Amino acid sequence: MPGGSRHAPPLPTSAVTGWSMKNLRLVLSRFGQLLLVLLGVTFVTFLVSHVIPGDPARMLVGQRASEETLAAMRHALGLDQPVWLQYLHYLWGLLHGDMGVSIRTQRPVLSELLTYFPATLELTLWAMGFAVAAGIPLGVLSAARRDTPVDHASRITAILGVSTPLFWLGLMALLLFYKHLGWLPSGGRIDVLINPPTHFTGLYVLDSILSGDLIALKSSVLHLILPALCLGYIQLATIARMVRASMLEVLEMDYIKTARANGIPRRGIIYRHALRNALIPAVTIIGLSFGELLGGAILTETIFAWPGMGKYVVDSISFLDFPAIMGFTIVVAVFYVLINMAVDLLYTVLDPQIREVH
Amino acid sequence: MKRAPYYLYMMKRYPLTAAGAAIVLLVVLAAVCAPVLAPYDPLALHLPDRLQPPGPAYPLGTDEMGRDILSRVLYGARLSLLAGLGIVGLAAVGGMVIGSVSGFIGGRVELVTMRLMDIMLAFPSLVLALALSAALGPNFRNSIIAVAVVKIPVYVRLVRGLTLSIKERQFVKAARTFGASRAWIISRHILPNCLAPVIVQATLGIGEAILIAAALSFIGLGAQPPAPEWGAMVSMGRTYLLDQWWYATFPGVAIFITVIGFNLFGDGVRDILDPRLRG
Repeated sequence: MPGGSRHAPPLPTSAVTGWSMKNLRLVLSRFGQLLLVLLGVTFVTFLVSHVIPGDPARMLVGQRASEETLAAMRHALGLDQPVWLQYLHYLWGLLHGDMGVSIRTQRPVLSELLTYFPATLELTLWAMGFAVAAGIPLGVLSAARRDTPVDHASRITAILGVSTPLFWLGLMALLLFYKHLGWLPSGGRIDVLINPPTHFTGLYVLDSILSGDLIALKSSVLHLILPALCLGYIQLATIARMVRASMLEVLEMDYIKTARANGIPRRGIIYRHALRNALIPAVTIIGLSFGELLGGAILTETIFAWPGMGKYVVDSISFLDFPAIMGFTIVVAVFYVLINMAVDLLYTVLDPQIREVH
Repeated sequence: MKRAPYYLYMMKRYPLTAAGAAIVLLVVLAAVCAPVLAPYDPLALHLPDRLQPPGPAYPLGTDEMGRDILSRVLYGARLSLLAGLGIVGLAAVGGMVIGSVSGFIGGRVELVTMRLMDIMLAFPSLVLALALSAALGPNFRNSIIAVAVVKIPVYVRLVRGLTLSIKERQFVKAARTFGASRAWIISRHILPNCLAPVIVQATLGIGEAILIAAALSFIGLGAQPPAPEWGAMVSMGRTYLLDQWWYATFPGVAIFITVIGFNLFGDGVRDILDPRLRG
């Protein structure tokens, strides 16, 4: 609590060092776990790409290729070697950024995915921002007004959220806001007649602000609204329900009852005392939601012609471009694992009880 | 008939569950009675009537081949139910076998299995289902297998946890004392005791399973045209969205309503059977 430490006496040096050592040890142990999980992720992607398909070489050369071409491809891919050796080669390739060459575009998969990554990141971050900004107040409100129409409305929103097909929601949003109302553009990241902002991060909104390009800023924000709202809506429901459940639990605790008995206003109890503790479990859900958003981005980007990794992989499916599909799977899984590792560490920092356990 | 007052009481007490059950029943009826209810053959082409708006002849309009969308939506219920039930069925059976065996044997088998399950959970569901589906080859059956494999870890974790607790109970210890084999204990003592929580989990999972299967069909990895699958129909209708809104809209409404029905029903089943899990 920054407010609390302002008047606190300085901690003894040994205490500070002890705390830092603990944290360092924690980070190192998490990093070890992270490496193991990433190794496991590559093992699963290896199984999917090399073991499950009857013949990956056949998938690459096509059904009509001659036996010689097939044999050459098998040799080139190392499929004539033992499976464990194939896995080591696969791992070695990944460590060197080799995810193969896209059948559709004939370009290295990793460099293509890196080109599309900022668009997906931007969409996912905005969707997450919306889900958190709307989901937390909705959860708090429905817990504070339990069993009232507000609470029922929140439950209905949650059920609708987990029941709506994301791809259909996007289409209906286009029909309403693009065709009938004409308020928002149909797709893409920026108007075709406007030059993209100067490249700093690849995130158009941020780049527009950094370069002071107001026209690009307006256009990129307008293009983001529909896809981000559709993608975020599904997660909003999950976050709202989690915050509600955890708020209800916290509101029953003794320290809240004490605060009530001391005559602290209800609003103060909810926002100053209950919410801080109720948000801790919500952090985990937010981390897990990122995975759902990355999965959902496949559908949203396809609907809104958003040039990200999701659209790239869907375009690859029609060509059965297996290297591109597997490259996408690895990049998303690694990103998801990293996000969850960050959330895990954040969780430890936020919750003193867990910190003490470690 | 003797239990009718009890069912009425339950419906009053859990109105949303009753609504869910009614929706599920309607979808099942639509699927079973599709040949009777559908005005046309779902695959029959009526080329002069292509892309007709909803009207008396075609209540939900027609697609670009003049096929009746209402008939296709009704027949589509069969595929979606098959997908939903097939996915949770396969995942539950797979999860029960893997979870009970690994939990009962313990040691390295359990360690390796659980780590593998954790790793599978490190992938977003749709992403791993997409990769598996592409590896197996794009068709409806493979999309069901792919989603079922992705969902197996949920059941493995559940059943393994239950197994760890059940195997310490007196009747299992007694069976061991009598010299019962591992297979006998797992199949006769452990699995029957895991069934109720697995059914709750499976009921909760049907809605999501239908959504993922429809999403795979939407991106071209599930049912292939001209199969009347709802996700594939939305995908085809997308091209005509701005001028022929009905094409993509109605199959999507069908998915939406079916999934809401299963989610409400699943929530209710959980609340009734296991109130401790209520969120």
